[in-house]
Amino acid sequence: MPKITYVATDGTARTIDVAVGTSVMRGAVFNDVDGIVAQCAGHAQCATCHVYVDEAHLDQLEPARPDEDDMLGFTACPRRPNSRLSCQLKVTSDMDGLIVHLPERQY
Amino acid sequence: MTNSTHPASVVVVGAGQGGHQTAVSLREHGYRGSVTLISAEDALPYERPPLSKAYLTGEADQSQLWLRPATYYVRQSIDLVGGTVTEIDRAARTVRLADGSSYEYGHLVLATGARPRALDVQGAGLRGVHTLRTEQDAAELRAALATARRAVVVGAGFIGLEFASVARSVVPEPEGATARGSGGSTARGTGRPTARVPGRARCEVTVVEALDRPLARAVSAPTAGHFTRLHREEGTRFLFGRGVAALHGDGRGRVASVELADGRRLPADLVLVGVGVTPRTELAAAAGLAVNGGITVDSRLLTGDPRISAIGDCAAFPQVRSGNLLRLESVQNAVGHARLAAERITGSTTRAYDELPWFWSDQFSTRLQITGVTDGGGHDTEVVLGDVNSGAFSVLLFRGADLLAVESVNRPADHLAARQLLGRAIKVTPDYATAPGFTLRGHLAHPTPGRPRHTPGADRTVMPCRSSSADVTPSPDTSPPANDPS
Repeated sequence: MPKITYVATDGTARTIDVAVGTSVMRGAVFNDVDGIVAQCAGHAQCATCHVYVDEAHLDQLEPARPDEDDMLGFTACPRRPNSRLSCQLKVTSDMDGLIVHLPERQY
Repeated sequence: MTNSTHPASVVVVGAGQGGHQTAVSLREHGYRGSVTLISAEDALPYERPPLSKAYLTGEADQSQLWLRPATYYVRQSIDLVGGTVTEIDRAARTVRLADGSSYEYGHLVLATGARPRALDVQGAGLRGVHTLRTEQDAAELRAALATARRAVVVGAGFIGLEFASVARSVVPEPEGATARGSGGSTARGTGRPTARVPGRARCEVTVVEALDRPLARAVSAPTAGHFTRLHREEGTRFLFGRGVAALHGDGRGRVASVELADGRRLPADLVLVGVGVTPRTELAAAAGLAVNGGITVDSRLLTGDPRISAIGDCAAFPQVRSGNLLRLESVQNAVGHARLAAERITGSTTRAYDELPWFWSDQFSTRLQITGVTDGGGHDTEVVLGDVNSGAFSVLLFRGADLLAVESVNRPADHLAARQLLGRAIKVTPDYATAPGFTLRGHLAHPTPGRPRHTPGADRTVMPCRSSSADVTPSPDTSPPANDPS
């Protein structure tokens, strides 16, 4: 399974094996990673699963669809060029080694 | 936070999205007492929205509905109990289950949800007649849909329309047939070009609705009109203003037709009844708790018994602005209630529940999003932003000068801006909304000419969907109260 690393604002990192086909969001909430809320459970409705994708991996990801792109304008912490909603990041085998940074807050 | 006031144990009745979130939030807030989550369904807690969408199409399987894996509950010492609660003994602070077991509570959270209303006509119990609430219901409906040829949907609410959307969606033809398709295919009978893959719709669909339009209690006329057109274009037949008199079988216990009040019979091998839900209030009522269209709670979601809360679909709670009792059926409401209850139980808050409601529905490739609530009193003014005929528009609903709710069809940015505006009580009037160049997002950046309320970029992105009380309490320099006559 691809390994995904979640880095909190205090620098603590957790690396988790996440199944292909699930989402980066579910990888976090299924493994008690703090810092991702996902109120709507993964439907790009609430912008509480915001992550900053490590620059090295940005190119590997499918670009955000229009609804995710709109939603990213309303995250609790400022949007940056590497902002994504983790519920919309579907895990693929190419994602092995992906690093995402968690924002300070989600709401 | 004073530990001495914490209850030693919390029992949650109902493991839907609200009950589940209560348990999760209790642990997130550091609650160390025992947490028992009682589910009448033999399944891990799961989310329901996909049941009428991706799960029905087969795109999502059961495990993809789970809110957490089984290991989570073990790690967090959340005791998942399968069973049906039959009684609350308030004097003994105990709930009893059908199997004879019982659980003592320091605090009890009723998250009992709602059950689909049954059709009160002859033949309602025939095989082939479905309702849709649980994963089990959805599994049965999915299996039935695989062979159905003629479906009749009773009730043009969200469940009925989302089902119709799946049933009228095209099943791709086997590979090879698709590869030979040369583009330029046309939608059934409409003659308009479509980018869709060639194939066939799953089955014929007729929607029978007692009122004169779909979603009549949920959305405005322009939005309802759009969904009527959308479904008709996709081949769904609507029969409005018709009641159902009886369901008839084939002589072997399977449904064969639906008889309307005017005597007409519609052949059917699948009937979905989507005529709303009834909150599950029996346990509360039998325990002597007040019930008024839902288990009645105060603004802190407490029943008349300070040791019992009620949340989510089953709870009738006072809307902060009007004081009117409100009962909502949505993920946002269930999760919002659960968080507040957990915070209150752990002593983290004493605030009143005041979250802005929001909701979504996916039908075909159209996404409807609603925020706000018309509060039973209805609205008197509608302002449409965008062109209804384009399939992407928003309807702003006002009562007098007050914005009550916004319905957005394929306009997610409008929806999000509306959540900010309503959540922060920034004034939007029909006059503003009809001024040339008005956009919700623009108004959010500059609510009144020459008087911007916040600096773009400087944390203008607080979501009212889940804010701390500080985020939603209007500061003194924000707009006047929404009921200000000015």
